[in-house]
Amino acid sequence: MSDDLINIKVNQKEFQVDKNLTVMQACEIAGEEIPRFCYHDKLSIAGNCRMCLVEIEKAPKLVSSCTMPLMEGMSIITNSEKVNAGRKGVMEFLLINHPLDCPICDQGGECDLQDQAMYYGFDKSRYKENKRAVDNKNMGPLVNTIMTRCIHCTRCVRFATEVAGVPELGMLGRGENAEITTYLEQSITSELSGNVIDLCPVGALTSKPYQFKARPWELKRTDSIDIFDSVGSNIRVDSRAEEILRVTPRTNEYINEEWISDKVRFNYDGYYQQRIDTPYIKENQKLSISNWEESLKVLKEKLKTLKPLALIGEHVDLETGYAIKKFMSNYGKNNVECRTDNHAILESLDSYRFNTPLNDIENSDLIILLGTNPKIETPIINHKIFKAYNNDAKVFNIGENISLNYKTEYLGESLSNLNNENLIKALKKSTNPLIIIGSAFLNKIKNIKTLKSIFSYADKYKVITKEKNNLNFLNPYASRVGQLIIGNTTNNLCEPFSNLKKDNFELVLSFGSEHIANEQFNNCFKVYFGHHGDDGAMGSDIVLPTPLYTEKNGTFVNIEGRPQEAKKCHNPIGSAKEEWSILKKLSDELSFDFTPNTFDQLRSELFDKHPILSDYHEIIAVENSTSITPDIEFEDCKAEYPVSNFYMSDVISKNSVTMAKCVEEIISTPSLLEKSA
Amino acid sequence: MSGNHPGLSNNFSRSGEKFSWSKDNLRSIKNIISKYPKGREQSAVMPLLYLAQEQNNNWISIECIETIAETLNMPKIRVTEVASFYSMYNTRPVGENLVQICRTSPCWLRGSNKITKTICKETKCEINDTSDDNKFTVVEVECLGACSNGPMIQINNDFFEDLDEESTKKIIDNIKEGKPNVIGSQKGRRSSENA
Repeated sequence: MSDDLINIKVNQKEFQVDKNLTVMQACEIAGEEIPRFCYHDKLSIAGNCRMCLVEIEKAPKLVSSCTMPLMEGMSIITNSEKVNAGRKGVMEFLLINHPLDCPICDQGGECDLQDQAMYYGFDKSRYKENKRAVDNKNMGPLVNTIMTRCIHCTRCVRFATEVAGVPELGMLGRGENAEITTYLEQSITSELSGNVIDLCPVGALTSKPYQFKARPWELKRTDSIDIFDSVGSNIRVDSRAEEILRVTPRTNEYINEEWISDKVRFNYDGYYQQRIDTPYIKENQKLSISNWEESLKVLKEKLKTLKPLALIGEHVDLETGYAIKKFMSNYGKNNVECRTDNHAILESLDSYRFNTPLNDIENSDLIILLGTNPKIETPIINHKIFKAYNNDAKVFNIGENISLNYKTEYLGESLSNLNNENLIKALKKSTNPLIIIGSAFLNKIKNIKTLKSIFSYADKYKVITKEKNNLNFLNPYASRVGQLIIGNTTNNLCEPFSNLKKDNFELVLSFGSEHIANEQFNNCFKVYFGHHGDDGAMGSDIVLPTPLYTEKNGTFVNIEGRPQEAKKCHNPIGSAKEEWSILKKLSDELSFDFTPNTFDQLRSELFDKHPILSDYHEIIAVENSTSITPDIEFEDCKAEYPVSNFYMSDVISKNSVTMAKCVEEIISTPSLLEKSA
Repeated sequence: MSGNHPGLSNNFSRSGEKFSWSKDNLRSIKNIISKYPKGREQSAVMPLLYLAQEQNNNWISIECIETIAETLNMPKIRVTEVASFYSMYNTRPVGENLVQICRTSPCWLRGSNKITKTICKETKCEINDTSDDNKFTVVEVECLGACSNGPMIQINNDFFEDLDEESTKKIIDNIKEGKPNVIGSQKGRRSSENA
């Protein structure tokens, strides 16, 4: 639309840009870098750092480019003497009260202030007076504060209010007495609080667990995927030698934007606690240290006579899942189960994934939460719902009356509340309604008709139309969608796990699934493949060490159905071996067919069999389901939420000291803030 | 002014007593909120802070902030920000009489230093301090807007203008003895007419 374009000049070069942009955005399009501290793409504009000053022809003074709208014919100059002098002046003022403690500052080497002082600042200080000092503030167990370094850009305040949706941070006082703090110095109660560390342009807010651990240039960077919820946030794992020192987000505008949850950011110390580093065999009711040769020999003998069942846990990548399926096919069909939580599905992909692209959630004007607590199950999706809420979307909740960081209208406990009059009225008015049904109900559905009824209901109220499918199924597990795509389930019934005929199996192979400890397997021979010693490993007859997701390559399909790769960061701990290579060895000895010799061969065989998975970063396309029943009928089931404690939802975070501190300081300490918002 | 000025501190404290609006204030609040458009009720935070301060012995406690946040349905930190920004909201308890001495140039030229000295001597407390009997808190402030009648002071809600050492002492003595004071010019001037 040429109506929306205007002509401007940047440094005498002519450009055509959207008229709704600011001067700073136009300069970026023109390829001119504008220094800034307070401005951030994802936050509202504050305009208080004054670093982005530029010259505009005919304007008497320099103007802050982040707050200045464009006008037709505007001529912007970013490289004149006047601009440079302006930047130098602003920089000098910013540095007046900034301590010279870069050598002991955690931000050193990746500090915006440091970098920009180098590019745009004076080479020496003219300031001889005393600098101000500010007391450090408590912000909880994750964020370390050294408030003397703060330059009052208020990015953290805007983040807490606008993105995290917890208005707990603020700037008190004014002028030289201005201080950033949380209300009465309480811990931030957000699941996204760690992101203020990345936002802070200086070293005022830094990571507590990473304090004094490393310098950025010492770290090896590995691209990976967050496997602690199903969103598949893109992360960067920073390691030195064989140890992960921190986890930070990678920008992916389609999924996590620039944020990640506190769980994946801070639970990495749990990667190295309680690790199974060598094979164990149970002797006289006690697990004792063994070796690979012996344990595989015992397992091989058992596999010759007993009929096995494989359980797949929540952190299993696709390649491993495929290898398991391949191995188990030697024992017949329907003997691999990933739905250990009784997750009800129909056959097609759109009955177990999040069908709305995550970026489109914010466009919805009515959201129904059915048995899901997105705040603790998938904080990133919760942020997107919060965005929709801020765009005036109404949010209804059915299940338990959970507390979220936005207002919801609670309709009641059971699914049948979908027929609530108010809701139906709102649905009829809505132009873009969206339903999210979570594990709390999905795991409890006993009759497949209920699931089909939900589809019919969605169809009836235009949640599903020809153009869009806004009926979303949300489970909190990173492995689930991928494993279901490659068919790692025993049946297509509801309650698949409870319906397993126990008598058919004498040997259970658990790949990181703690459900192996369930009573129903008491008479089976149990083998646990995993990395952390918890209930699952303790009750097993053989325990085999396998690598964590950061210690091997793997593909994960996120909740939208988007395959992504998590790369290997360092070698496995102890004598852990990748699952596929263990299964390969067993296959060879049992003379089963298992052709792939390397991981790459395994992966290409997987992609040959399932070509839809090979297109990384793209959402798998499917036809909308047509399994619609004429009459809508919901059974009565009580919601049981899969995650009750955000900081301790899996074996890894249960072993993290940082997560334990969060539970102690954030959850256990009753917050005085609960009523605000 | 040192950082100890009761209006310029970022540290809030609890009074230990529940704060709830008086009946009169509840009526005024309704009136105040009605001045703002729907959805913009938070704009009433400043007048409400003022009411709370009046009701709460001239200072804003954490309890006041929480009550205001609840009344206006806004985050507590936002109320705290406003209360800490303005020096007229006292963030710690002050004496029964808050004596604010103007020390900006016009008053200073007319001898505000002497007034300060007299007040400190008579009330037996330092600047930014509260007297032992909790009768007085003395603070120095910038211009209170009565320059033509300087030097001047403000005690709670009242202005006392055209002061000299004698009249200042008299005012303080009257307060001590519970006697009424003449408000405004101490030289009998009406408003700012020619002296």
